[in-house]
This record gives sequence, structure tokens and C-alpha cells, in this order.
Amino acid sequence: MSPAWYLLLLPLVVAAVNHLLLSKQHNIAALVSTASAVATFAIAVSLIGSTASPESYTWISVGDWKLDIGITLDPLSTGMMIVVTGVGMLVHIFSLAYMKEDSAKARYFTGLSLFMFSMTGIVLANNFIMTFIFWELVGLSSYLLIGHWYQKDSAADASKKAFLTNRIGDFGFMIGILLLWNITGTFTFGEMKVPSGLETGILSAAVLCIFCGAVGKSAQLPLHVWLPDAMEGPTPVSALIHAATMVAAGVYMLFRMQLSLGFEVFQTLQASTIIAWTGGITSLVAALMAIQQNDIKRVLAYSTLSQLGYMVMAVGFVAGDAGMFHLFTHAWFKALLFLGSGAVIYACHHEQDIWKMGGLLKKMPITGFTFLIGFLALIAVPGTSGFFSKELILEAAHKAGSPLFWIAAFVALLTPFYMTRLFVVAFLGKTKSDHADHAHEVGPLMWGPLALLAVMGLIAGYPFINKLAPALPDHAGEFHFGFIAIVSLVALIGGVLGGFLLYNGKTKDPLSIPLLQNRFYIDRLYDNFIVKYLQDAFAAIVHFFDELFINGLFVGGISRGAQGLGLLIRRMQSGNLQTYAAFLGAGVLFVIYLVVF
Amino acid sequence: MSSFLFLIPFLAAIAIIFGSPARLTARGAAIATFLLGMYAATDWSNAMWSFTFSALTIPSLDMAFGFLNGTSVVMVALAVIVLLAAVFTGKAPEGREKLYFASSLLIGAGAIGAFVSTDLFFFYAFHELALIPTFLMIGLLGRGSRKEIAWKITIYLGVGSLILLAGLVWLAREAGTYNIITMLAAQKAGTLQIDPTTQKSIAALLIVGFGTLVSLFPFHSWAAPAYASAPAPTAMLHAGVLKKFGLYGLLQLAVPLLPIGMNAWLTPLLVLLLGNILWVGLVTINQKRLDSMLGHSSVMHMGYIFLALAAVVASNAAGKTNQFGIPAATVLMFAHGISIAMLFGLADRIERSTGSLDFSDLGGLAKPAPVLAFLFGIAGMASLGLPGLANFSGEVMVFLAGFEGRDATASLGPVQIATILSLWGVVISAVYVLRAYRNTFQGPTVNSTVSATDLTLMEKIPAILLAIALLVVGIYPRILLQLLS
Repeated sequence: MSPAWYLLLLPLVVAAVNHLLLSKQHNIAALVSTASAVATFAIAVSLIGSTASPESYTWISVGDWKLDIGITLDPLSTGMMIVVTGVGMLVHIFSLAYMKEDSAKARYFTGLSLFMFSMTGIVLANNFIMTFIFWELVGLSSYLLIGHWYQKDSAADASKKAFLTNRIGDFGFMIGILLLWNITGTFTFGEMKVPSGLETGILSAAVLCIFCGAVGKSAQLPLHVWLPDAMEGPTPVSALIHAATMVAAGVYMLFRMQLSLGFEVFQTLQASTIIAWTGGITSLVAALMAIQQNDIKRVLAYSTLSQLGYMVMAVGFVAGDAGMFHLFTHAWFKALLFLGSGAVIYACHHEQDIWKMGGLLKKMPITGFTFLIGFLALIAVPGTSGFFSKELILEAAHKAGSPLFWIAAFVALLTPFYMTRLFVVAFLGKTKSDHADHAHEVGPLMWGPLALLAVMGLIAGYPFINKLAPALPDHAGEFHFGFIAIVSLVALIGGVLGGFLLYNGKTKDPLSIPLLQNRFYIDRLYDNFIVKYLQDAFAAIVHFFDELFINGLFVGGISRGAQGLGLLIRRMQSGNLQTYAAFLGAGVLFVIYLVVF
Repeated sequence: MSSFLFLIPFLAAIAIIFGSPARLTARGAAIATFLLGMYAATDWSNAMWSFTFSALTIPSLDMAFGFLNGTSVVMVALAVIVLLAAVFTGKAPEGREKLYFASSLLIGAGAIGAFVSTDLFFFYAFHELALIPTFLMIGLLGRGSRKEIAWKITIYLGVGSLILLAGLVWLAREAGTYNIITMLAAQKAGTLQIDPTTQKSIAALLIVGFGTLVSLFPFHSWAAPAYASAPAPTAMLHAGVLKKFGLYGLLQLAVPLLPIGMNAWLTPLLVLLLGNILWVGLVTINQKRLDSMLGHSSVMHMGYIFLALAAVVASNAAGKTNQFGIPAATVLMFAHGISIAMLFGLADRIERSTGSLDFSDLGGLAKPAPVLAFLFGIAGMASLGLPGLANFSGEVMVFLAGFEGRDATASLGPVQIATILSLWGVVISAVYVLRAYRNTFQGPTVNSTVSATDLTLMEKIPAILLAIALLVVGIYPRILLQLLS
């Protein structure tokens, strides 16, 4: 068996062993999961550069048709595996400390291993059905991990919401896969070809349906609502699944599709424009919402939405390599920020409100300093990894001549603004609560991963790291001083200055924008209108009619008629149950009558 | 040999009635049937399984048994697995052990008998035989207003059976034989040509007759109350196995023998099956009790199997072969049977442990009963179509069947539109399954669940058996598909 299969199956075996044999041995289960995460990272590193496709196995075969479960090895998948297993490994190690006291630690690590298996499956899949299978399985592991503390109503609701919102996206995704199957005649990425002369509308429709899957998984508008709620899960989970890897799967899948079908066909496709606008608007709306959030994890969650919007926009501009590059750099520094927030939350006794923190840079210097590096990378300070990748996305938007360039540039202003707010309020100034006052630095199991991620956050954009990245634009890691650089520097300085001047030394938020605090009322619209009225009330009405007409009149009529017949028989029999039996027996007798006479 | 498959449970049931220890006999017989069924599945094409015995000479009536094709084998496998799980599930009321266990065996025997009958008469009669203990169990041991419900389904299924009977007799008259193998062979050889008008009439009778038995919309309203009321083993066996009789009949008889007739009803059939998936799906969302939610969900999922049949009918009419349709329907029948049996079995356990199945009385059950929560979760996830579990293997092939061979440049045909609409049912299933799980197992514990106990070893056995079946077919669906090729 090729090592790629071990990469895929090892976490599954570990999840099964943990659940079935080690569910009471919390520490052993945790160590087994972590060891397997280290092992998969080693395998992923060993696979860099290999392109030979390993053996595949038939999953379904009917008639002369068969569907194989197989593995694609190319720079895209092996590079993505470095992200998945690299961040995954560090999150496992961090979790050893973060979840030390948890009473269901074994279940938590089982969930992490299950996630590693599912995510690896998406990355290595060589066909769309396999992608879909693992797509659903990451949904399951995300559901289990968000709902880790399922006894809390909010966590149980958030996990359900995440699963259902993703299902809505997957509704479109499956239709798209079927439509694309009709167009190309295959599910296998390596064999896909768009027939020449195909009307672009047909391909556009298929691509847009497939895009629905990415809208769900990568939490783009209008299906973004699950991701901020997903912060109910343990913070390391947010770092791994809801920042670095799973939510980026949508971008990965779209890029994989473009790569398989050929980039040229996407250049003129109407669907590409819609994808770009969806991403662009998501990045803007999410950045606006981030400005007024007070929960440290929620600020980061909206920032993730916004950055995912950037990546999706790049895919829409058929500059998916820039999107993938940003995915690569973002994975490290956003995982860093989330784990950093996890360390802060841990140190502050589960306080998540930034207005009750303050002064943490002094209290927790390592966490604070690494958080600062993540912050600089996210706001794209020149020299950090985020700068190089964001530059390429802005360049793609500029080259397309789309008004989205200015939206993206505005987001580049908002990002430093809300992140400066977060950093200034939580890490600088005076402590604002007893919890923050008593905070002290976390142990090496926690700051170790932070330090490593900080290194990656700094260097992941430079050319020498290229070998690791899933896909690289030609001039990644280079810097040209020009119009785009000026725009982004102005945005950066403007955002940081604005944030600093407005928030430095403040003890409560000087801004109060209800529209943004309430997230444009989108969540409320969904909960109160779509779920309550469109779905539940509609379901109740359907149920009412089902009872009234189908059960009451239509069927009731038939059965009342038959009841008359039954009464006749009943008169001849004594007791109810004999009647049932007799009525049935009459059926059998009737056959015999027909056959014999 | 195949007759032993139903003779073992049948004779065991009679032995129980005449005083053999009920539980022991039932479990022993179910294990024996299970082993024989598994053996049959590995070697079903062997001639030793088929058997004909002349019951009457004038007019000729043969008792003929055997496997028509791989689908029969899969159905028998389903029946023996669920029968085994059913006799290990639930708790017989004091003093009613005889009725409780004998009924389970008889329902199992009837279902298996129908699936191994190669003669139309016995095919029908075995199903009727299995219905009688079903009615008795609901009428005597059911929950809620059991007499009313028993009466309702008796009439309902009775009328359905009579309509079906008319269709089958007509079909046999046209074919000139009651032997199903002879009929199918004649159809294949081209010697059986039923004229289109007659086909259309017979098809209508079969769709309504079989359809009522499978709770095809709008003939579905018997099902949910019946399953909610029935004792656990009865609900498991009827929803899991016996109900598939109707689909099995359509698949083995109507689809191959009445291609024109079935195609004439294609659009109405598509509308009705969407009624199952979307209409009943919405009704399911609105349920306030776990048992009636499960009952409705079982009705809803029948729609997907009908969709697979419709895809085959449409392809046949267009002169194309649909490779996916029959395997899809077969795998999904198996998967649904296992998953719904598991859900009904565990729901019964929840009720015995908490005293209620009302969502408003439940919550947080995963804390006191983690194994129960885990197993219920597997069955629930199977039912919402999670990959890796059997139902997904079937459903994905149903969707492939819907789009098989479609010209990408042509506009969507009725089957494709129905497939797309039915895909929304996947969202609906997720809504009600996750809501039920959320309300039953998650959140803080409440009065009824705080002192609930987890499954005992004996209670785990049937659920684990069914869970393994779901996992095996989910991960390796070829274990069933190779029986069909």
C-alpha cells in the first residue's frame, strides 16, 4: 500500500480505536491521537514532490460502470496536506494542555482524529463523489466537535446549525456534480474535459451548483451564519477546522475543479463573475461585522469569513493560485491567532470578552508576542506572509478591472482597523477585570505550537518555502512597488492608525453601530423568518392538510366505506380481533376462489 | 432448501403456540434462520435453493420457491438480519410472551416466504399471512388508541391488498401462468406481449395496490400511527422488512413486465413520490414525538426507492438501459430496512427508560446513556444519508440513476427534475433527524432522563448487529452489488 493510503487511514483507525477501546483512558487516547497526527505530518512531508498515483479501490460497480476510491498526488494535494497535517499536529499538541481538565477528553481527540481522516480524504480525493463523501464526513466531525460540550444548549444548537447550513450548500453541490457528470461523462478529476463547442451557460449552471457546496463549507454569504456560532466548540477546534483547514476546503475544491477542467474555460464563464462577487461581498460584509464584535473568538471568526471571501474572489477571477497561496499563509497565521486566543481564554478562566481583558501582552509575553505576529501577518504588514498573498489577490482583482478591487482595498483598510481594536483592547493598556489581572503565561505545550506557527506566519510567504505550498503563482513572494502596493499600504496605515487612535486607552467601545452588532440582522432573519415561518409554519400547514384531507376526508372516506363492509362481517363474528383476521382471511379466500374456480 | 428459510420461523411460531418456551424458541429459530439466510446469500445461484411442488393439478397451482435474482437474496438477507434483531429487542408484557414472540416469527416467516416465492399466488399469500400477526400485535399490545389504529390499518391494507390482488390476477391471466420465472423468461424472449391498454390498467392497479402497502403518497396515512403504536419488534419487522414487499413487487413484476403501462403513469408516479419526499418530509419536521417522527420519516424515504424505479421505467421507455436503478433500489431497501429497524428498536428502549417519547419531555440523554446515544446517532446519521453508512450508498446511486445517460445539452427531463427536487429531501431529513437528536440526547438532562440507564449487554447486541450491517454496506456496498450482477 502506498504511504498516501496510510496518511488517509491512520487517523480513521486511531479514531475507531480511541472510541471503542480507549474511551475511558483519556490520557492514552489523547496521546495516541497526537502521535498519529505527528506521524501523518511525517508522511505528508515524505510525500512532497511525489506525483505517482497510488493504487485505487473500487467502491461501487454496477454493470460495466465502476467508481474508484483513489488518491491524487500532485503539488496541490501534497501541499495542502502539509497545511492540514502541520496545523493539525500543532493543534493536537496544544489541545493536550488546553483540554487537560475536560471530562470527555477521549471523545474530543476521537473527534479530532475523525476530522483528520475526513479532511485528508477531501484533499486526496481523485473524483467528485469521493470529495462529496469526505465533504459530508468533515461536516460530521465539525458537528461532533462544535457540539463537544453538548449539554450546553448553545453548543448543541450551534452544531446543528452548522450541519444544516452545510446541507443546504450540499444540496446544490450534489446537483452540480450530477450536471458536470453529464457534461464530462466522468467523476474523475484527471479525466475531465469540457467538450468543445459546449454552450457556456450549461457549464456555468453546473459550476454554480458546485459552487453552492463551497458557499456552505467556506461560509460565504448567504450561508455564512454557521461559522461564528461554531465558535461554541473548543478553541483549538476553531483554529484547526473553522479557520485553517475545513472552511478552506471550498476554495480547494473549486481550484481543483478549475485545474481539472482547464483554466481557460473559466475565463469567460458567467459563473466566474458570480463567484468573484460572492467572495468580494462576503469579505466586505464580514469585515464590517467584525468591527463591532466583543467576543475575541467572534472577531477572529468574522475575520476568517472575510479572508475566505478574498480567496473565493480570487478563484472567481481565475486566479485560484493566488487564492490557494492566501489559503496557505492564512492557515498558519489564523491558526496562530485562534490558538493565541485559546491561550488567552484559558489564562483568563474562560473569559472571552475583549473588554474584560487588557494588558495581556505584559501578563503573557510569549502568547502576546506571538499573537502580535499573527496580527501583523493578518493585516498584511510588508514582510509577513499575509502581505505577499494578499498582494496577489489585490493584483488579480486589479487585473480583472473589476470594481471589486476597490471593495477588496476597503476590506484591506477594515482588517487592520478591527484587528488593531482587538489587539489594543485585549493586550495593551490596563487590565480590565480580575480574570485578566490574574492571568499568567501558559505552559510550553501551549506556547510551543504558538511559537512554531508564528515562525510560519512570518516566513510562509517567501520563495524558499514554495515547495510546501499547494499552488503558487509565478511571482509569489516577490514584491513590486507600484499602484497596488501603494493602495494596500495606505489602507494598512489608515486602518491601524484609525484603530489605535479610536481604541487606545478606552475601557468601553466608543462606537456603537447596532446594524453591525446585530450582524446586519441576517441571523435573525433566518431564525425568525426562514426557519420559523418558511419552514416550520409551512410544515405545520402541510401537516394540517395531511391530517384534514389525506387522513380525514380522502382516506377516511375509503375506510368508512370499508368499515361498513367490516361491520357486516363483524355482525357475523364475535369479538373485534377475529374480525380483523377474518377480513384479511377473506382476501386469501378470494384468491383461492379465483384461482380454483 | 429455500423453503426452510420460512419454515424454521413458521414452525417455531407454531411450537411457541403449543407451549414451547417462547423467548428461547424464538431466539433459537431466529439465529438458525439468520445463519441459513447468510449461507444462502453466499451461494444463492445453486440449484438446491429452488424447489417446485405441485399443489393442485387442475387448475395447476405450484408451490414454487427459490430466488428470482439477486434482489430476492438481498431482501432475504435483510429479513433474516432484522428478524434476529427483533427477537432480541424490546420486552414482552407479562403473560403475553407467546403472542409477542410468535408474532415476530410469523411476520418474519411471511416476509421471507414472499421474497422466496417464485409463484404469484404464494408471493401474495405469504404477505397476507404476515399481516395478520401485525394487526394482532397492534390491536392487542399496541400503545395509544390501539384498537382504532389496528382497525384503520386492517381496512387500509386490506383494501390495498384487494386492489393488488385484482392486478396480480389480471397479470397472471394475461401471462397465462402464475409462475413468475416463466413470466419473466417469456417477457425476455419476447413471447409475452401484453397490449398497451391492458398494461396501463394493470399497472394502475399494481401502483395503487403495492403503493398502499409501501405507503406511497397519498395512501400513507396508515403508516406513522401504526408504527408509533406497534410494539418494537413489530414496527421493526413491518417498517424494516414487510413493507418492502410492495416495492419488491413493483420492481420484480411491474417494471419488467409492464414497461409501457408503467411509463404511461410515469409523471403521476413522480408527483406521488415527490409527495412522499417533500410533503411527508415537511409533515415529519412538524412531529412532536420521536415515534411518530420515525414513522413519518420511514414513509418519506420510500420516495427515493420509487424514484429509482421511475428512473428505470423512463430509461426502458426510451430504449436505454439504466444500470443504476435496480441496484440503487435494492441497496436502499436494504439500508432503509436496517436503519429504521434500529431506530424503532432504540426508540422503544428510550421510552422504557424515560417513560416518554414526547420531545418536550426529553433532553440530555447522552449524558446518562452514552452508548444508546452513540448507536442512535449512527442510525440517525444513516437515515439522513451520511456517507460511510448504507443509506448513502443507495441514495447516491438513486441520484446517479436519475441523471444516467442524460445528454448535457438537452433540457432536464421529468425524472431529472424529480431527482433535483428530491435532493431537497436530503436537507429535510437532516432537519428532522438532527432536531430529534438535539431534543432527545443533547442539552441539559431533564427529569425523565436524569436517572435513565444505558444499554445493557443484551440490549446492545441487536443494535450493534444492525450498526455493523449499516457500516459494512456503507463502506463496501459491493457486498450487496455483487449479488445483483
